[in-house]
Amino acid sequence: MIVVENKSAEDILKMVAPYKKILVAGCYGCVTVCLAGGEKEVGLLASQIRMAREKEGNPIEVLEQTVERQCDKEYLVNFQDKARDVEAIVSLACGIGIQYLAQVYEPIPVFPGVNTQFLGANLDVGVWEEYCMACGECVLDKTGGICPIARCSKSLLNGPCGGSQEGKCEVDKSVDCAWHLIYDRLKALGQLDKMAEYIPAKNWHRNEGPRKLVKEDLTLEQ
Amino acid sequence: MNNRKTEIKVGSNLEKVLASGQFCCTGEIGPVTYSSFDNIDKHAEEMRGKVDSVNFTDNQTAVVRLSSWAASLRLLQLGMEPNLQMVCRDRNRLAMQSDFLGAYAHGIRNVLCLTGDHQAFGNHPGCKGVFDLDSVQLIYMLKRLRDDGCFECGAECKVAPKFFIGCAENPFGDPFEFRPIRLEKKVNAGADFVQTQCILDMERFERFMELCVERGLHDRAYITAGIMPVKSPKMARYMQHGVPGMIVSEEFCQRLEKAEDAKAEAVQLSVEYINHCQEMKGVAGVHVMAVAWESIVPSVVEKAGLLPRPTF
Ligand code: SF4
Ligand code: SF4
Repeated sequence: MIVVENKSAEDILKMVAPYKKILVAGCYGCVTVCLAGGEKEVGLLASQIRMAREKEGNPIEVLEQTVERQCDKEYLVNFQDKARDVEAIVSLACGIGIQYLAQVYEPIPVFPGVNTQFLGANLDVGVWEEYCMACGECVLDKTGGICPIARCSKSLLNGPCGGSQEGKCEVDKSVDCAWHLIYDRLKALGQLDKMAEYIPAKNWHRNEGPRKLVKEDLTLEQ
Repeated sequence: MNNRKTEIKVGSNLEKVLASGQFCCTGEIGPVTYSSFDNIDKHAEEMRGKVDSVNFTDNQTAVVRLSSWAASLRLLQLGMEPNLQMVCRDRNRLAMQSDFLGAYAHGIRNVLCLTGDHQAFGNHPGCKGVFDLDSVQLIYMLKRLRDDGCFECGAECKVAPKFFIGCAENPFGDPFEFRPIRLEKKVNAGADFVQTQCILDMERFERFMELCVERGLHDRAYITAGIMPVKSPKMARYMQHGVPGMIVSEEFCQRLEKAEDAKAEAVQLSVEYINHCQEMKGVAGVHVMAVAWESIVPSVVEKAGLLPRPTF
């Protein structure tokens, strides 16, 4: 999922300082699962803003709404009624949702209520770790199902650097060396020969500006 | 022991020494963090005639320093032979190849390809690490430039730089059994010579060399052993615990600690290690890296009996 972290109330209060009526917009997707931008967090942030402004003697009206997915136009239209009514929106969706919301509801200013962090897995209660960087050319078949792009601190493709020691990354002893994990996994799978295989220089796919995916079969149907 | 006579590909002094079957000896100078050649001029004079070529580190420990490229050029102007280090952290394949064109045109002939310490260690920890290529891919790019006359993209390079291609390997990194395989990947990619991480634990290095020899790597590339004179017991202990990817044997630390004159003992240890490497199967020479203690190199080399250096 896309993992996000809440911005501080202080930062958000600064963004909405000029306004008297705003909407806090949540999303039931990833941000709900990572406990940062669902219905509950929308309610929490909305009351924080109200209380802070009350205290300042500068009250603000804060509407609340959460939709299925902010990265999908089909669900974004559900904000219509409330959005029409406010001076600004704070979105608790990931960076994608925030941008799409801003695009669809132009010219209403839309502000980020979260810092979008990474694509990660939920390892434990309250613990997430980056597992994929959406590189566009997956190499997991060569690396025992462990991603060297996202999980090696240097995104190396041909094995561990010289800083790998006792299973830990040179960057920090709390970080596992992804290539050590890959080695152990391939060994367990009886595929150590893959460690000796040369993986050529990667096409980082950033040469055409933002990447775009068009599935012709789906577009023709419409 | 080297004793391996091979054809000359590039013709750098370092290559000539190695190809003639003689035990090579190289030095290293860390460029300074300000805009001056003073330390290079000084240490170059100390090392003149004592080493076969001199490495210049590339923003070592991710701290901004005078560029390896500029330092190498300075050494050339002083009539000595540089070994240009290049890390993958700071440049993409475009910048690397462009630097290689310039370096070769100026007469630089040796390159050492490295991954590079992570930027988090340095003085700009928030910078974007490049790592467009890894060190194995960098070696392969240089080999294709030299042997096929083409850039990484496949386009022809009219006057292609022909470097004597070096790589590093760390016998003290993990997983240990993979280290010789990784070195083999580098040799397959095109590495002509190898400079290992500094050896402060001879036993582990011996095991590493055994595995390399088993794979026949010493017949395909010149493997040279990293030697580091360590000035003080405190520094040895620090490297034992505080530097990722290093192993320092207890014996090494204790000898420095027990010595009346730690500096003299440091030289003695280096000399012993060099002499030991001379007897080891598959070791073609030594690379003496006296980090922040460059001036000691001549006396280490002399005491180890490596003088005079061959001339061609
Ligand atoms: S290689 Fe890694 S970053 Fe690329 S798609 Fe696969 S998991 Fe994601
Ligand atoms: S120690 Fe391992 S994870 Fe860290 S940069 Fe090196 S190879 Fe990558």
